[in-house]
Amino acid sequence: MDPILTRYVREPNGHTLAFYEKTGGYQSLKKALGMTPDAIIDAVKASGLRGRGGAGFPTGMKWQFVDKKSPKPKYICCNADESEPGTFKDHVLMERNPHLLFEGCLIGCFAIGAKVAYIYIRGEFYHVQQVLERELAKARAAGYVGKNIFGTGFDCEIHIHRGAGAYEAGEETALIESLEGKRAQPRIKPPFPAVEGLWGCPTAVNNVETLCNVPVIIERGAEWYSKLGPEKNQGPKLYCISGHVENPGVFEASMDVTLRDLIYDKKYAGGIRDGRALKAVIPGGSSVPVLLPHQLDIPASFDGIAKAGSMLGSAGTIVMDDTTCMVWAAENLLYFYKHESCGKCTPCREGSAWLHKLLGKVERGEGQMRDLDLLLSVANNIAGKTLCAFGDAEATPVTSMIANFRSEFEAHITEGRCTVPAPWRARARAMAAH
Amino acid sequence: MSFHPTMDYGRGHHKSARALPEEGPAFAYTPENRTRLEEICSRYPPERRQSAVLYALFIAQEQQGYLTLNAMRHVAEVLRCTPAEVEDVVSYYVMFFTRPTGKYIVQVCRTLSCALRGAERVTEALSAELGLQPGETDARREFTLLEVECLGACDKAPVVGVNDDWHECQKAEEVRALIDGLRARGTASLTGCHLKVDQ
Repeated sequence: MDPILTRYVREPNGHTLAFYEKTGGYQSLKKALGMTPDAIIDAVKASGLRGRGGAGFPTGMKWQFVDKKSPKPKYICCNADESEPGTFKDHVLMERNPHLLFEGCLIGCFAIGAKVAYIYIRGEFYHVQQVLERELAKARAAGYVGKNIFGTGFDCEIHIHRGAGAYEAGEETALIESLEGKRAQPRIKPPFPAVEGLWGCPTAVNNVETLCNVPVIIERGAEWYSKLGPEKNQGPKLYCISGHVENPGVFEASMDVTLRDLIYDKKYAGGIRDGRALKAVIPGGSSVPVLLPHQLDIPASFDGIAKAGSMLGSAGTIVMDDTTCMVWAAENLLYFYKHESCGKCTPCREGSAWLHKLLGKVERGEGQMRDLDLLLSVANNIAGKTLCAFGDAEATPVTSMIANFRSEFEAHITEGRCTVPAPWRARARAMAAH
Repeated sequence: MSFHPTMDYGRGHHKSARALPEEGPAFAYTPENRTRLEEICSRYPPERRQSAVLYALFIAQEQQGYLTLNAMRHVAEVLRCTPAEVEDVVSYYVMFFTRPTGKYIVQVCRTLSCALRGAERVTEALSAELGLQPGETDARREFTLLEVECLGACDKAPVVGVNDDWHECQKAEEVRALIDGLRARGTASLTGCHLKVDQ
């Protein structure tokens, strides 16, 4: 498949308004403003577009759930808080194709009856935000954003909102809380944001990549779009491949591409670094179960990876070669979850610290066999017992690593040391553990 | 204080880390910063000025270097919310500092993708080079060394963020060049993001 979303990302000045206009930019918006909002939602539904942020929820449905009859204003919040470890696709889209995102936001606003869209960008993406602000000002000056767009009487504003460093702000209700000027902590659902979101108003929260797909659907039609890739997993998808591969990066493909091709094909990540053997793959950002080398001949689609027992998630694929200690990898991830837990729900806040502590003990060779059962028990007491999916996300690395690499955990315990010490790790243990 | 016999209270995670921010000197935005903030407030409905709190704090931090209780009170007054609401936010987000930092805040990404490519070694080398443990600032307030979570640039691992900029593919053997570059040419010596737009 030829790249659609990332077609011009390597072009010099490919991010500018002039270039975007020259390649047919904002024509989808013009076309959409000639349609009825319901027709747009129907087209998005018919296209089969599923949310690219992680959950894979159908975007058309999400928009349809927005309470149109409500007298309150409606909002679109674009989730650009890309913080899932191993994920860096929205970064590329925003930096090199910002107008596609703006166009997607505007079409989305028209479809759900909103007049304002907020792009919530993580604070660490400061240089990306500068690109967005600059290009947004140009789009506003050219009349694509603001009052009476294309003379149709449709008013729509886009604003950029900068976060300040919180993984949890990527959860949709936590994002809304953060936008309201509070701590990024999730809300109890229901009510869902479609009914009561930003400032209590009906809100749709969509990922950057999801919104970037919308102009494509409007331009080429839902029928054309729905033929890209396998059924229920249509459309172009950006895959982020990182870790021990020759050529890490963002690659666009339809979802019938296999995980093996993404990792080994010269077109994509180009195989394992230094000709080493593959040990494990985390296919969808750090929060999903790990897959083994023999499980890779599956389509890298939402349903294909789910069938293999993992999740496509945000398509942040982390590849680990045979020098990787899986106990160390689990400990590294649990440090992340311990650090980023928002603290609202007790199982997650306390459990993440316990999991990290126990994994550290096993990694140092100070563990006992019963610690493995304790780890599983703590994980089991977190998963499904918290307000948002963070609880499941932190329990998953522990349960899936132990399920797939139990002998390695046991070897740490019986030998009293790390059995797979890699040359690229810290020499002084204290440095990695503080 | 022993609620559980095997729990090491007083150490590690269960050690209370509560330290009140400094009172600091009297604080008010400069007129230019106040104008900038009012422009940002206009992006939200007039009764929702509190939404601008993150921007307000970034501006205050830029003006004063770090956030003090006086700065937080001023932010609260400008945004018409309570000082407690502002402090609540400051204590939550990792990009706000309530202690003076170095001129350069060197942040090594420590999450899995960077760690797989040697981020631990980079931290170790930086720590030795600067004579600082992660979290510390040197006496001359030149450098603060931090370990941070995934910066979203995993294809160019290990990534080191410096203030609002970043440096890609940092090797442990080359940390001296990074530090010397910062001393000589500031953040202009960094690689920046490989996608960075030239303008």
